Amino acid sequence: MKKGVKLLSLTLSTILIIGILAGCNSQKPPKDEKKIGMVVSTLNNPFFVSMKEGAEKRAKELGYEVIVLDSQNDASKERANVEDLVQLGITALVINPTDSDAVVNSIKVANDNNIKVITIDRKANGGEVACHVASDNIKGGEMAAKFILQKLNGKGNLVELQGIPGASATRDRGKGFHNIVDKKEGVKVVASQAADFDRQKGLNVTQNVIQATPKFDAVFAHNDEMALGAIEAIKAENKDTIIVGFDGNTDAKTAIQRGEMDATVAQKPDLMGGVAVENAIKIGKGETVQKEIPVELQIYTK
Amino acid sequence: MNNNLKNKVLKYKSSIGLLILCIVISLITPRFLTIPNIKNVFTQVSVNAVIAIGMSFVILTGGIDLSVGSILAVSGAVAASIIKSTGNVYLAIIVALAIGSLVGLINGILISKGRIQAFIVTLATMTIFRGVTYVYTNGTPISGLSGSFSAIGNKTVLGLPIPVVFTIIVFGLAYYVLSQTRYGRYLYALGGNEDSARLSGINTVKIKTLVYVICGAAAALSGIIVTSRIGSASPNAGVGFELDAISAVVLGGTSLSGGEGSIVGTIIGALIIGVLNNGLNLVNVSPFYQAIIKGLVILLAVIVEKKNK
Repeated sequence: MKKGVKLLSLTLSTILIIGILAGCNSQKPPKDEKKIGMVVSTLNNPFFVSMKEGAEKRAKELGYEVIVLDSQNDASKERANVEDLVQLGITALVINPTDSDAVVNSIKVANDNNIKVITIDRKANGGEVACHVASDNIKGGEMAAKFILQKLNGKGNLVELQGIPGASATRDRGKGFHNIVDKKEGVKVVASQAADFDRQKGLNVTQNVIQATPKFDAVFAHNDEMALGAIEAIKAENKDTIIVGFDGNTDAKTAIQRGEMDATVAQKPDLMGGVAVENAIKIGKGETVQKEIPVELQIYTK
Repeated sequence: MNNNLKNKVLKYKSSIGLLILCIVISLITPRFLTIPNIKNVFTQVSVNAVIAIGMSFVILTGGIDLSVGSILAVSGAVAASIIKSTGNVYLAIIVALAIGSLVGLINGILISKGRIQAFIVTLATMTIFRGVTYVYTNGTPISGLSGSFSAIGNKTVLGLPIPVVFTIIVFGLAYYVLSQTRYGRYLYALGGNEDSARLSGINTVKIKTLVYVICGAAAALSGIIVTSRIGSASPNAGVGFELDAISAVVLGGTSLSGGEGSIVGTIIGALIIGVLNNGLNLVNVSPFYQAIIKGLVILLAVIVEKKNK
């Protein structure tokens, strides 16, 4: 054990000494004009993968490099990612927060190093953010609700599959949905349950809802992954139900073409990624940009 | 290679692995070996290192604690709410540590007195403590924490980031307990062979219970660091952290069957994981490949360990 401690200190001091000999300075890392950092909440979701691809594509077209890191839905990983990007000398940071509150300190890390920050999709509740790029989720929720009511001729029992409780997308999409359906004669929301934006949970929760309230006419899911889970549950019961998702991911579009699902409020994550990168470059050049940049939504049907 | 050298290489394989890793990364990118980045790595590692030190105690007895991530979340949430309501940093730390120890005690009693497998007990309490965190926080993060609390995760003392200072203190304590005290010797004895340890008059129930208390307290301390670094206590904090902690212990050469291993190894193991995470980011390896590489490193370590025996 004693040897072990010696060895540990030896290893650590070797690393430090090499570092010093390598001529490193304790100054802030030099900035690379053409380098942009991007931190994505999770790449375990096709939506964020196309956001990443859109960003990379646009950056390439403009002659910039974008380094994309995955936070795996973990706020402490997110902070580590931002710290690592700072070391890489990025000029601007595009961040898709894991959580609007938990991201604040990560943004401050970038602020302290004079790196401009752009949030994408989810907002931050603090720190200095130069601009926010996102779909109008409240409007999207309203679009979904209107579509469902039109299909049902203005009457029916509805089920709402909510996203991660407290997430801003959950709040806004839910708010838009309820703006339209609440207090409408003949329309009743028979179940509102969280399935955390997850397909597997979407399936389970829908199964549970079917057990509890077998009679419903439509499902509005706060994202496509949950809607796709709901399809599986509803298929198994041979029910004729209108299913509407949100995001417009590839699987959902395929399901709509097959007639298993009715519509999705399509976001354009690739466009969002591209728009974010464009603005990051503008900010890097010292140009001013809009504080809020809405990215269009579209209802996608067969 | 002569035998003597070969033995040495095998003995210090974790350290050698860490060194090779550092050299390779620094050859690829000049951004790795810079003072700010090294500080960066040490701070990032400290969260896992503190949990892994606690985990080492458990694993040395042949047990496992899967609930550390949830303990981290519940104690972080309690600390955050105390900061919000009283602003008293010391009170928050003490209560969080007490909660970590208390839930650790529950694990320990169920495992030692209840004679239920550690894997099962902590699998269950992992879910329970996570649920408690959801109830306590009502599913929303607790944020807006005062300035003095945020110092823990963000300020330095004598040039060292405070999380690193915490890690050094915890390491020192753990090292002392394991190598210099009777408790430490008994713990190794119990891990080596529980029956013979009991027959030779060692109070195995007490020793076993205590390791989970230590592990819980370590997880709570880590929860304080995470909460301060992020400036908010998220109900989802620490999901999957048990795996990183177990990986660090295994990479450090501690045997999962107990009785063999050292706390020094654990620190090296935690550093390997931290350097790997940081290095893969700096080298700009696609996140999809990062997961594969990390898994391969752990496999490699286990294979080398096995060959060694």
